[in-house]
Amino acid sequence: MGNEEDIGKIIDYSGREFQYIGKRTIRPDGVDKVTGRANFGADFTVNGMIHGRVVRSPHAHAKIKKINVDKALKLDGVKAVITGKDFPEIDINDKAVGEVVVSYYDMAHNIIARDKVYYDGHAVAAVAATTPDIAEKAAKLIEVEYDVLKPVMTAAQAMKKNAPVLHKHIHTAGVEPAPEKPSNVASRTEFKLGDPAAGFADADVIVEREFSTQTVHQGYIEPHACCASISADGNTNIWCSSQGQFMVRAYTAKICGMETSKVKVIPAEIGGGFGGKTVVYLEPLAVMLAKKAGRPVKMVMTRDEVLRATGPTSGGTARARIGAKKDGTIVAGELELVYEAGAYPGSPVALGCMTGFAPYDIKNVSCVGWDVLVNRPKAAAYRAPGAPVAAFGVECTLDVLAEELGMCPLELRMKNAAVEGTQAPYGVKFNRIGYKETLEAAKAHPHWSAPLGPNQGRGIASGFWFNIGGTSSAEVMVNEDGTVIVATGNPDIGGSRASMALMAAEVLGIDVARIKPLVADTESVPFSMLTGGSRVTFATGKAVIEAAQDAVNDLKRRAAKIWDVDVDQVEWENGQAVCIESTQHKPLSIAAIAAKADKTGGAISGRANINATGAGPGFGTHICDVEVDPETGYVTVLRYTAIQDVGKAIHPSYVEGQLQGGAVQGIGWALNEEYVYSEDGRLLNTGFLDYRMPVASDLPMIDTVVVEVPNPGHPYGVRGVGETPIVPPLAAVANAVSHAIGKRVTDLPLSPPRLLAVIDGK
Amino acid sequence: MAKVVLPLEVARAFADGETDHAVEARDVRALVRALEERFPGIAERLSRGTAVAVDGEIYQDWFLEEVRPDSEVRFLPAIEGG
Repeated sequence: MGNEEDIGKIIDYSGREFQYIGKRTIRPDGVDKVTGRANFGADFTVNGMIHGRVVRSPHAHAKIKKINVDKALKLDGVKAVITGKDFPEIDINDKAVGEVVVSYYDMAHNIIARDKVYYDGHAVAAVAATTPDIAEKAAKLIEVEYDVLKPVMTAAQAMKKNAPVLHKHIHTAGVEPAPEKPSNVASRTEFKLGDPAAGFADADVIVEREFSTQTVHQGYIEPHACCASISADGNTNIWCSSQGQFMVRAYTAKICGMETSKVKVIPAEIGGGFGGKTVVYLEPLAVMLAKKAGRPVKMVMTRDEVLRATGPTSGGTARARIGAKKDGTIVAGELELVYEAGAYPGSPVALGCMTGFAPYDIKNVSCVGWDVLVNRPKAAAYRAPGAPVAAFGVECTLDVLAEELGMCPLELRMKNAAVEGTQAPYGVKFNRIGYKETLEAAKAHPHWSAPLGPNQGRGIASGFWFNIGGTSSAEVMVNEDGTVIVATGNPDIGGSRASMALMAAEVLGIDVARIKPLVADTESVPFSMLTGGSRVTFATGKAVIEAAQDAVNDLKRRAAKIWDVDVDQVEWENGQAVCIESTQHKPLSIAAIAAKADKTGGAISGRANINATGAGPGFGTHICDVEVDPETGYVTVLRYTAIQDVGKAIHPSYVEGQLQGGAVQGIGWALNEEYVYSEDGRLLNTGFLDYRMPVASDLPMIDTVVVEVPNPGHPYGVRGVGETPIVPPLAAVANAVSHAIGKRVTDLPLSPPRLLAVIDGK
Repeated sequence: MAKVVLPLEVARAFADGETDHAVEARDVRALVRALEERFPGIAERLSRGTAVAVDGEIYQDWFLEEVRPDSEVRFLPAIEGG
């Protein structure tokens, strides 16, 4: 441990030439992943393990009259069956307070239905058997009697006066007086800045458009999977893939009525999450089956289950209205968002309201959001939750405004760009930000001025995401030979192990290859918030920097003991302790100090537990070229450039990968992806053949430009990068398509039939 | 005294729609206690899924963040992420 007074101190590295930060080092997890050795959620096997299967509702909305499990229990090999009745009841008002509102009641009922099912695929029972085949057969033997109800599949249907109401206990929040009747409108949110009415009255030009998007899924490659084991004394181990082992521990313990200390979660590698693995679905079921069966239970979802029953993000509408002076100065903005929350409240509509106009310095802004319940799976987080649909509305309307004004759309954005000191629509003034720099980079990029051919169009759009900090912990342990382990509590989704190792190397002054980053289980490191919100490289990185500094302080004290000098005589330079007053003492390397650790006080380590603040917002600007086949309506993306202020790229290859991945997911959202339901609410496209995500052969190489405007809230200038890149693509693609066909497109996805109808004027 | 800005929905439910208030407090906890004295029930509402921005710095899970006499304290929806 370091000195108490040293813990928490941050060294100011501004203006420093980095030794390791910014290097494209070998990925610590690369070898195992490319050789197939990495263990993902479905790879765990435990002695005596049996297999779980979920019985899901075929109805979008129905009362459960009866569940008969007798036939399933009589099948040879079946060891346990559970229904909602096997779980403790959770009070309807039991909510986690803190960073986000989490209704444990809703979570419990979403994981396994009690008296009603609210969407096609809603879990109603689960069975565990000695083989997956027997579990599958047993699941089919569970008889569920339903009283089928009329579903409401869209926000428009749900908001109608006489629409079937999903939950009798939900009354619209955020309106006064509080309504007496239950409603499918869970809440109304409003943000207001300045005087929007006066702003519009002052405008020379006002444009208004309405846009729509469909439900889309995060589309992670790895389906949800876990394995749970309970010992006779109730100690529980869960192996699973998730975005947060501590999140899985907390939620599973709560849903199953267990003490936190009884649950240990061992994180697997994760094959994509994008927000969709910030909640639990299978883990409580596996724990309850394991408890009942007395055997470890493994559960793996099929793709069909992933699409039907795990959180997509909300479809919705965005109505944007913008008023501007003739010179392009925007004087007022208005945004109304209606998001489909799915079966339980909690769409990201408030975040949409906060983000839509955030890239712009507008004095008068009004944003209203509606969170609407429909008979679809409960929305979960998806990269920059809420922001892409809001940006789609605002950025396309800006494009219309540019046309009305006869201005270059890039120049219009430049003229109104938010800068340091600009007040965001949610009231907070920005610190140093790099939005304008992304526009300047776009203007300077050869893509922006490249010629276009027939049926081709170019679109530009920008986007914003807050990025967050939060609670993170880190431990830096010096091994006997001077190599180092950096342990954190965050699953590595987008390259955090490499980033942690690089930041530790920078502080310790040793080769990054001598540092092993470790994603530790819930009993090996203190609590960390989950991996999400673009927070890990920033917040956990800050913890790693502090922990490494703490270890350096310890190393200096040990060197002082070895030399028999005061610790003030010791400095740390290039990975060595240096005695500043005496040349008779040769510098001591970490290895040399570690070799004498037993004589100087035992093991050498550093640690940090922080609640990181100072997260720097992220801004991006994307340019997209498309060609539209006027005969078929098929859109080919010809060229795409993603530009983003990342603060400081710790590992540039990973940062570029984040920009490319976000852009591709956004392109899929714009062009192809959508949930297609039958009239009675059954999901029709439950596989990747029908739920069409872009693959490598569909797209050109996504070009990236990494802009680095350091975040003053991080010692190395880091900003989160993972979420911003999915915000601009919807509008960038739609603007490009609009220019290619000479007509404004407003409804996503721009699939060939839909686009052909626009081209043909239908 | 610090300037406090409430979310519109909270202001409508507790403060006759008035979003801006002057409050003397040395930290956010004390500030919320002072608001509770004026608007009973508001503390519970502000503790649910609400972040706070003190002079532009957003705290997801507020508690003892320092508030200066000239501070601006804004309550906001907490920010989740993917």
